[in-house]
Amino acid sequence: MVNYAYLIPLFPLAAFVVNVFWGRRLKSKSAPVAILAMLGSLVISCLILKEVISGKTLEQSIEWFKVGRYSFEAGFLVDSLSAMMLCVVTLVGLLVEVYSIGYMHGDARYHLFFAYLSLFIFSMLGLVLSNNLIQTYIFWELVGVCSYLLISFWFEKKSAADAGKKAFITNRIGDAGFFLGLSTLFYYLGTANFAQISQRLAHHPEGLSQGVLALSAVLIFCGAVGKSAQFPLHVWLPDAMEGPTPVSALIHAATMVAAGVYLVARSYAVFAAGHLSLEVVSYIGIITSFMAGSIALVQTDIKRILAYSTVSQLGYMMIALGTGGYSAGVFHLMTHAFFKALLFLCAGSVIHACGVQDIRQMGGLFGKMKVTATTCLIGCLAISGVPPLSGFWSKDEILVSVYNSGNMVLYGLTLTVAFMTAFYMFRLLFLTFFGKPREKLHIHKPAPTMDWPLIILAIFSIFSGFVGSPLMGHAFSNFIYFHPEHIEPNYMVMVSSIIVGLAGITLAWVFYILSPGIPAALARNFSPVYNLLLNKYWIDEIYDRFIIRPFLRLTKFAFSFDRYLIDGAVNLTGTSCVAVSRVKGWIDKYIVDGLVNLIALMVGALGEVFRRLQTGLIQNYILLIFTGVIAIVILLRFV
Amino acid sequence: MIPLSHYLILSAILFSIGLYGVFTRRSAIGILLSLEIMLNAVNINFVAFAKFMAPHSLAGQIFVIFTIGVAAASTVVGLAIIVAIYHNYKTIFVDEIDVMKW
Amino acid sequence: MWSNLLSASIFYLIAIASIIFAILSVTLKNMFHSALALIVMLLGVAAVYIYLDAEFLALVQILIYVGAIMTLVIFAIMLTAEIYNKNIKRQNQQKLISLIIASSMAGFLIFVLSRFKAQGGVSFFEPLTLAMIGKELLTKYVLPFELISIILLAALVGSAAISKKE
Repeated sequence: MVNYAYLIPLFPLAAFVVNVFWGRRLKSKSAPVAILAMLGSLVISCLILKEVISGKTLEQSIEWFKVGRYSFEAGFLVDSLSAMMLCVVTLVGLLVEVYSIGYMHGDARYHLFFAYLSLFIFSMLGLVLSNNLIQTYIFWELVGVCSYLLISFWFEKKSAADAGKKAFITNRIGDAGFFLGLSTLFYYLGTANFAQISQRLAHHPEGLSQGVLALSAVLIFCGAVGKSAQFPLHVWLPDAMEGPTPVSALIHAATMVAAGVYLVARSYAVFAAGHLSLEVVSYIGIITSFMAGSIALVQTDIKRILAYSTVSQLGYMMIALGTGGYSAGVFHLMTHAFFKALLFLCAGSVIHACGVQDIRQMGGLFGKMKVTATTCLIGCLAISGVPPLSGFWSKDEILVSVYNSGNMVLYGLTLTVAFMTAFYMFRLLFLTFFGKPREKLHIHKPAPTMDWPLIILAIFSIFSGFVGSPLMGHAFSNFIYFHPEHIEPNYMVMVSSIIVGLAGITLAWVFYILSPGIPAALARNFSPVYNLLLNKYWIDEIYDRFIIRPFLRLTKFAFSFDRYLIDGAVNLTGTSCVAVSRVKGWIDKYIVDGLVNLIALMVGALGEVFRRLQTGLIQNYILLIFTGVIAIVILLRFV
Repeated sequence: MIPLSHYLILSAILFSIGLYGVFTRRSAIGILLSLEIMLNAVNINFVAFAKFMAPHSLAGQIFVIFTIGVAAASTVVGLAIIVAIYHNYKTIFVDEIDVMKW
Repeated sequence: MWSNLLSASIFYLIAIASIIFAILSVTLKNMFHSALALIVMLLGVAAVYIYLDAEFLALVQILIYVGAIMTLVIFAIMLTAEIYNKNIKRQNQQKLISLIIASSMAGFLIFVLSRFKAQGGVSFFEPLTLAMIGKELLTKYVLPFELISIILLAALVGSAAISKKE
């Protein structure tokens, strides 16, 4: 079965092709096409996972092309990491597509949406299966393109189109770093294959200093920063909420942002070999995590809260990876994929039901949307780290790994972020589903196709954590490991995490159910902090002020330079050319042509004269002959 | 006794008359007749010169006999051609036979 | 003396008549008439041959020209030309210039020939007989003689071939 791994991305690709070319005719049938393809991929992925668990791995590649002494290969790698990712991606992708049937119902470009979704999932699957960095990069870019297409899916809205552009450009900045990193690595190691990279790094190759290694690791991490929305390139993710909610779910849970974490995990050997690089990863992670978490505290748009939550959680994964918790990071990536997809789809249901996105306008929706509210509660509990839900186990492992790294400041901040997470998630939950309805909203019930994915994801959110829990002997960590880790359950950390999570939930309950006046009073009293958070640390403004505007000025200057100097020169050349050719044309027309015509005319006139001699009358000729005779005689005789 | 020059003058006048005929006649037969006049003028020349310049030789007279023979032959062929042309073009006027003219 | 004068005046008479008939021959509108005028001129030339002591040539002239060639010409005229149609122009447009060229030719020839004086003795008399001509033809000039007979044969065959209707 492992041999057929290449089929997994081909199913969505086929669905994409079908939907792009025949989608218009398929109309509403385009969804089943995509879903069936995804189902096929999911089944194969699960079978492969089963085989991989029983100990099989496979790497197959063919030589793609050769440049000089470097050969480039194309192939796929099935090991525990990719098998796990395949299952997560296909499962979440499938559920999101099922959910989209209801959510996108009646959209003008219904078939195109499913085509893009299929392409998106295809790119992600390709990325996961790649066995070398170059192929990864190709699919990496494809993922970027798809995110652009999907975020600006409703491109009639200017904000959506802008968000798509922002996501794409921001990603490109990171991608440039990624490309430089992989080029550096390729130059020094002569291979882009992951397995070979690890192998060669293990032998400490000559000429590859620690500095270069760290540099290439950090450059590759740049790509991950862009894709996984880490500080300072996190700005695109909240704006990406302009896309349809299922897309957000997909981006946040399984495909786009997971790609960054996956890349770091995949090329973990490089990071592990460079000393500084892991620290960079963890610091970037904690900055992102803390910042995004604090911003999420005060946001009011339901999707934006979730977006910042995602950024924060991704930061968490980076912290885990940065502090050596390889399996913890990947574990959290998996559990997060489930509960974040769940939360986003819940938010989508809510938005679909009431047509607004501001949580201040909602409230008391519990009675009207029981399934959504219940599943959302499960998602919130999971992300807050309440045992025994999945988030608790993965978060616990991260905390353990941070704790084991010995950096207590980092540990404190991580705990703070956990606290903030619990608080803002329950703030969202309470404001949306509990209390009294603040505004009269017309609610229409979500379709069953939108409820079932929620239920399935909720089940996964509850139970997927057990695979990595100490109760099952850290099965996950033993399955996915970079180098054998021995994880001791740290009960102090576990208890502190539970306490922090519950404290956050309680505080949210106090603030938003018990006495709703407190938040407003706090906002008044600490208005500078509140404003800072509300405006997302003014990072967008800072970028605008210090990067975008100067850049625009530069481009304007370049434009005017182009316009007046270069265009002027070009135009001058053109004009003078035209003038010269005018003169040449005149000379040609009147002098050269005139000469030619004159000669022709002369010849013609001469012919006109002499053709009269050619009368065809024999007697004329005789007469002329004798005239000649007479003339000769006269000349000879009398002259 | 008639001097040689008078024969020659007669011959010259006859030749010129024949020439005029060749110039002006439209009919091919007319041109043929004018040619006969010219030939006769030449013959007179031959005989006169033979008599006055080489009295012991018969060459002049014999040459005239040959000339008459050739003239007869040419006339016969010419007339045959004229008759053939007349069959084809229904004319014997040389200025109307102009198929070769551009 | 008188006989000399008589013969001389007869010669000039014949010469003038020949010239007149030659002119008639080239100018007459009726082709048949011009052929007849030509016959007269040919007879005149035959008379001139007698004056030049070439009786045999005079005979040949009358036999071949008048008897054979002119008969043939008259037959051809009868076969082809519209003899009695007066409306057809018989001469082309270059009459004037032809006259000028022909007369200047004549004038030039007369100018040259009238100064021509015969050298040596002219007034001897040695009869050249027909027998001598025959002997000369078949001995000294036998090759041209045979050639002319072949030419005549070729002309005979050729003219028969040309005028044959396909």
